Amino acid sequence: MNGATIERVYVWQLPVRLYHWVNAACVATLAVTGYMIGRPMTVPVIGEASFSYFFGWVRFIHFVAAFVFFFNFLGRIYWGFAGNRYAHWDQFLPLTPRLLRKQWREAVEVMKVDILQAKVEPMESVGHNALAGWTYFLSFLAFLFQSVTGFGMYAAMSDAWLPHMFAWIVPLMGGDFAVRQWHHMMMWFFIVFSMIHVYLVFYHDYVEGRGVISSMAGGWKFVERRK
Amino acid sequence: MGGAPLSIWEQARLQGHSRRDFLQFCSWLAAAAGIQASGLSQVVHALDTKPRLPVVWFHFQECTCCSESFIRSSHPIVSDIILDKISLDYTETLQAAAGHQAEAALHETMTKHKGEYLMLVEGSVPSEADGVYCCIAGRTALDIVREAAADAKAIVAWGSCASNGCIQASRPNPTGATPIHQLISGKPTINVPGCPPIAEVMAGTIVYLLAFERIPQLDGLGRPKAFYSRRVHDTCYRRPNYDAGLFVESFDDENAKRGYCLYKMGCRGPVTYNSCGVIRWNNGVSYPIQSGHGCIGCSEASFWDNGPFYRHLASFPGFGIETTADTVGVAVGAVTAAGIAAHAITTNIRKRKVIAEGISESTPATKGEGESHG
Repeated sequence: MNGATIERVYVWQLPVRLYHWVNAACVATLAVTGYMIGRPMTVPVIGEASFSYFFGWVRFIHFVAAFVFFFNFLGRIYWGFAGNRYAHWDQFLPLTPRLLRKQWREAVEVMKVDILQAKVEPMESVGHNALAGWTYFLSFLAFLFQSVTGFGMYAAMSDAWLPHMFAWIVPLMGGDFAVRQWHHMMMWFFIVFSMIHVYLVFYHDYVEGRGVISSMAGGWKFVERRK
Repeated sequence: MGGAPLSIWEQARLQGHSRRDFLQFCSWLAAAAGIQASGLSQVVHALDTKPRLPVVWFHFQECTCCSESFIRSSHPIVSDIILDKISLDYTETLQAAAGHQAEAALHETMTKHKGEYLMLVEGSVPSEADGVYCCIAGRTALDIVREAAADAKAIVAWGSCASNGCIQASRPNPTGATPIHQLISGKPTINVPGCPPIAEVMAGTIVYLLAFERIPQLDGLGRPKAFYSRRVHDTCYRRPNYDAGLFVESFDDENAKRGYCLYKMGCRGPVTYNSCGVIRWNNGVSYPIQSGHGCIGCSEASFWDNGPFYRHLASFPGFGIETTADTVGVAVGAVTAAGIAAHAITTNIRKRKVIAEGISESTPATKGEGESHG
């Protein structure tokens, strides 16, 4: 570390940051309202049903958040082609053998340094580290799964073309009950993912001090450059 | 019977029915099939000109609740449908013939009306051990279905057994019970699920076939859209309670008395496609939810396996009956939290030096600043 200077690098472009926070808000909203739909709480409503629309609102918020979530996700996919190299799709899905080998080596290194802590000295990775990139790819698959199953269930109460694009999932999975069950189970992936994700950014900032948390606000990270 | 077969109207007239009776009957049929008023003339025309539809009705792995439901159909008086308007040539439970006579009737229909008869199937078909678990007249159900389906005009799978296997096909399905659409390909097949299906739905399906001689519009699971396009939940009279968040918490509480929504009691209305909320049962008297019990989703595939009936989430396979996805989820969450805590502690031990170095490296700079000031 001696003789090194700290340089700042513009890593996360505005669309990436915007996507991240919209996504975070949507996932939080969807998980909370989704859990409530799956297991409704007892609300102290006194009077006739016609005076209240509480549960209707919970579902309405869930559906609106789902649409925002879906289009936000599509926007991110677009930015995987249009954005800078840290936002590029090959950060999540290395398709060339060369890139795969590079990311594989880095992922093994992340395992050693950060997860198992067999190695003590921190490693440097400017954008997503390879293991994080792959985990995000996994979460994209979960996004896709939730979108397909969610819209699939929604299709029966809608005439819009978008949900009906996913109506095929219901017969494929054998009925609404199964779709609902899987949709509900996948919610736990998001909860566990968020726990680990939030912990790890704290961890990285704590150990490395490269501004990983603030990078999602301003876009800047700090790297060491040897003179 | 020589010459051209008589049309349904001609037969009705021979039996002494007036034209007025006949037209009244046509409107009943049309209403039962969910046909709008403008389509009535089509129904009349069809029944005016078409001969009786030959029908064979098979019973395999089933409990006959579909037949029981069907003969309680109120609107198109069922005796009219079965005995006058269609010609039911073979059905184990209702026919007078038995033994060789019954078999002879079946084969006569199948040869005489080759490619024209309608095949109704009640019950699933066992496929394990070459189908020996269900035999009629010394032949397996599998064999009979294949033979009869080959020359049938169309197939109607009555009830959940024939449409999706129902209880016979639930885990572990020892007889290999199989719904009809999985055994027969290349024949138009209509699934009319339910345990049993609503009588008017059954009658309506037959009437549609009779009047229009084509398959009604079907959904992705082969069910007539006229009866299965909406959830029980979407047509439930207790729906406003659901939207308001008013739920029955236990079967003997005040909320149950007030008729709140049974969602939390495991009602399957939100995941079940059927007409119970609209047509109801026994001449439209009631349906399960109206009687204070949640829907068990009897017209949905594998509803026996999606238990317990009184909880919304199915028990999680492999974890015991009381374990739902949420229990598993909470456990995974707790393990994750423990893992995070352990990792945080390890970090402070293993990376102590790195963190300390980082802090001490930046300390001289601060000192330097302080010195230049001083």
